[in-house]
Amino acid sequence: MAAVDSPPEVMVTVDRLTFRYGARGTPVFQDFSWQVRAGEAWSIIGPSGCGKTTLLTLIAGLRRATAGTITVGGTRIERPRPETGLILQDYGLLPWATVEDNVALGLRVRRFYGPDGKHAPRAEKVLGRREAREVVESWLRRLNIYEQRAKFPGAISGGQRQRTAIARTLALQPDLLLMDEPFSSLDAPTREDLQNLILQLQREMNLTSIIVTHAIEEAAILGRQILVLGQPPNTAPVIVPNPEAGTPGYRSTSTFLDRCNQLRTLLGLKV
Amino acid sequence: MQPITHPSGSESLTTTRPDAALPAPHPLRLALHQTGRQLLNLALAIGIFLACWVALAAYLDREIMPYPWQVIPVFVKEMQGSLWDHTLVSARRVLSAIAVAVLVATPVGLGLGQIRVLNRIFSPLIGLVHPIPKVVFLPVILVVMGIGETSKVFLIALILFFQILVVVRDEAASLRPELIQSVRSLGAGRRALFRYVYLPASLPAVLTALRVSVGTAIAVLFIAEQYSTRDGLGYYIVTLTWQRLRFAEMYAGILAMSLLGLVLYLVVDVLERIVGRWRLAGDA
Repeated sequence: MAAVDSPPEVMVTVDRLTFRYGARGTPVFQDFSWQVRAGEAWSIIGPSGCGKTTLLTLIAGLRRATAGTITVGGTRIERPRPETGLILQDYGLLPWATVEDNVALGLRVRRFYGPDGKHAPRAEKVLGRREAREVVESWLRRLNIYEQRAKFPGAISGGQRQRTAIARTLALQPDLLLMDEPFSSLDAPTREDLQNLILQLQREMNLTSIIVTHAIEEAAILGRQILVLGQPPNTAPVIVPNPEAGTPGYRSTSTFLDRCNQLRTLLGLKV
Repeated sequence: MQPITHPSGSESLTTTRPDAALPAPHPLRLALHQTGRQLLNLALAIGIFLACWVALAAYLDREIMPYPWQVIPVFVKEMQGSLWDHTLVSARRVLSAIAVAVLVATPVGLGLGQIRVLNRIFSPLIGLVHPIPKVVFLPVILVVMGIGETSKVFLIALILFFQILVVVRDEAASLRPELIQSVRSLGAGRRALFRYVYLPASLPAVLTALRVSVGTAIAVLFIAEQYSTRDGLGYYIVTLTWQRLRFAEMYAGILAMSLLGLVLYLVVDVLERIVGRWRLAGDA
């Protein structure tokens, strides 16, 4: 897995990763290598217990690899990297803070530490209070939750909660966006709405994104590359290219249906 | 076994969009409104209380049970004199005990709630010690800690400590790991987690514990002030007035002690409402 110098540059390198829960037990990953280039949109799909969330939390720096290394943006990951954004399925918002305060949280944490390179990017100037408020307001408007800004997470809908979580993460201008089943607890129209929003943001911000999902359609809609994981141990990546993802009307093309069937076959489901 | 769920199979398409909810009143205003209604209830309660007092005094018809109009002028007069000083001394003792208990119990409760191993080791011990009426150790505490302020403050703090510890521990244990993870992913280390997650999460718990236990604290204060002191409301009520058959003055002292408890309770209650107003918004 030599680093590739020519553009597009490498964003995430997983190099001979081994990870197991506890000292014994089957490793979830064994000698697993995988690479994500800047600007790519990946989906990770697989059955429960395949390690897809584990892989995401490893990349996020919330877990340590048993062996092997993970490098993100040139940094070896041993703790959360300030330029990486993470969105979880639910429960990620502070229940006692308003929508506005939740969106501002990341910027507050940065101001709390200053640009120390460990908790906040070193190069970037930390925003002052007023600038931060402007950034927060623009994201509240951009994600259509400005009207809800004074409400608490318990008083808004699931879709609005996820919009809040997205705004909070994007307000920090991440270069890598990790999402763990972000829309699986939402109803179908809200989910489709947010999937379109993510596609739009991917285009606009040239984000590198990795989304973990258990839904085949979602994997095919959001990932221009799809990583399929199986029952542990995972030793080599199974990758399904899906370059048409993100093009308008892709959901209703026959290519989309074929791709979904291909994924079903790979996952051992009946087509 | 295919544990993969089909995304479009199970849910129905709804026409009502949850995003189109009506704007709710500002939560702070809601909390203040509630406080206003509470004050009205308080006025009503005082009226009923006075009526019961008059009825009881008329029924007993003895010196030990004077009428409110005999007590209240004495209360006003005494408050301009020594009773006010006794009240201040008692208030200082309770407030010091609250401060000590909060400052010690909150971090310990947070630690127990977040570090599962610690909780497993210490929870049985806490379960065992928590129900013991700590006031019975008053003689021991007096001997070990001396007859000064320390022993009184310590006894009350000890009682509050367990109340706060248990509630904060349970609150900290109920913080979801997803919440901690997502805040960590925003760059928060230990200090920022404490500032933005643990502290705001435990504050309402501390206030709940205080609201529940402030009455007990004052009751224990009354007992602690029977020994080795020449000030405080407990001393005023028993030694300075009751034992000298100054019943109107005694009731002035009882009134002062009741008011001390009431004011503390109300302050804690209002703070709890403001800090915990997000709970009115439903469960997140």
